Amino acid sequence: MKFGFAVSILSAALLLAPLAGRADPPINKVYEAYCVQCHGLKRNGTGINMPALSVRPRDHTDTKGMGDTPDDELFKAIKEGGLAVNKSGLMPAWGSVLTDPQITEMVKYLREVCHCGAKAG
Amino acid sequence: MKHLIVAAAVLAASGVGVVRADAFELASSCAACHALTKPTDTSMERAFARKGPDLWYAGSKFKAEWLTAWLQDPKPIRPAGYPFFANLKEGTDHDEVDASKLTPHPKLAKADAEAASAALMALTAPDLVSAGGYKGDASSARMGAMAFTKLRGCASCHSGEGGQGGLSGPELTDAGARLQADFVVAYTADPQRFDPHVSMPTQKLSDQDLQRLAGYLATLGSGDK
Repeated sequence: MKFGFAVSILSAALLLAPLAGRADPPINKVYEAYCVQCHGLKRNGTGINMPALSVRPRDHTDTKGMGDTPDDELFKAIKEGGLAVNKSGLMPAWGSVLTDPQITEMVKYLREVCHCGAKAG
Repeated sequence: MKHLIVAAAVLAASGVGVVRADAFELASSCAACHALTKPTDTSMERAFARKGPDLWYAGSKFKAEWLTAWLQDPKPIRPAGYPFFANLKEGTDHDEVDASKLTPHPKLAKADAEAASAALMALTAPDLVSAGGYKGDASSARMGAMAFTKLRGCASCHSGEGGQGGLSGPELTDAGARLQADFVVAYTADPQRFDPHVSMPTQKLSDQDLQRLAGYLATLGSGDK
C-alpha cells in the first residue's frame, strides 16, 4: 500500500517534470527566432530587416571574415551587442534573452554555418 | 501544441469572470492564440509555438478606444505576421514576407468588439507598468525620433513615422493611438519582464532615452485617426 502510494507520487512527479524543465529548442531554431530577422534565412546578412539597416548585418557564411573572429569576440558581440566589440550598435545585446550556455552553443553553431574554425584568440 | 491550446483555454477560464455572461466569449475565442493569464509555462519552446502575442497585460498596454475600433477592422500590425520567423521566404536581395502564410485576425461585430475590449482592458499588470512612468514631456519627441531611427536602432525592426523601418517587429506608425505611453516606457526598458523570450532584447537605455522614445511614439498616429 505504502509502496503503491510512493509509486503514484513518483509517477506524478515524472509527469510534471517535462513541463517544469522543458529543454530549449535546438540552436538552429533559436537562430531563426532571434538572428534571422537581420542575418537572414541564408545566414548571409540578408534578413527581412536588411533594407532598413544602415550597416549590412554580418555574413555568417563568410568563411574568411568569420574565421578571423575569435570565439570570445563572437560570444561578446552576441551577449553585449555590436558596440562592445567595436562594431555596429545596430547589433543589439542578447544577454537578456539568451543564457551563457546558449550563446556558447550559438558560437559553435556559427562555426558550422561559416565552415570555419576559430582563430586563436 | 494541442496541450498548449488546452492549457491556454483552461488558464483563460479564470478571466471569464470579467466578461458578462451575455458578452463576447473572450476565453474561447481569443485564448486559442493569445495567453489571457500569465503563462505558467515559461519555456522558450512555448514562446516559439505561439500563434499570437500574449494579452494578459492588455489593459496596461492598449488604449481602449483604439482596441474597440481595431477589433472591428483589424488591419495588420505586424507586417510579417506572428511570429515573424514563421512567415519568411528567401528573396532575390533579401528575405521577404511570405504573404501566403499570413492569417488575417478575426473581425468582430461592434457589440462583440466592445465587450472583448472591455474584458481585455480589465487585464492589467500594475506591477509591470507604473502609472506616471512616462513623464509626459512631449518636447522631447524630436530627440526621440533621432533615437528611434538612428541612435538606438529601433527602426531596424519597427516602422515608425511614414512607415519607414524594419518588418520583423510590430509597426509603430500609429503607436500614439494604440499604446499607453507608460507601457511604452516600461516595456522598452525591459521587454523580458513582460515576455522572457520575445525577440526584442533588453537594451541598456537611460531614462532620458526612454522618455524621448515614448514622447516620439506618442505623437505617431494620434492626430487624425
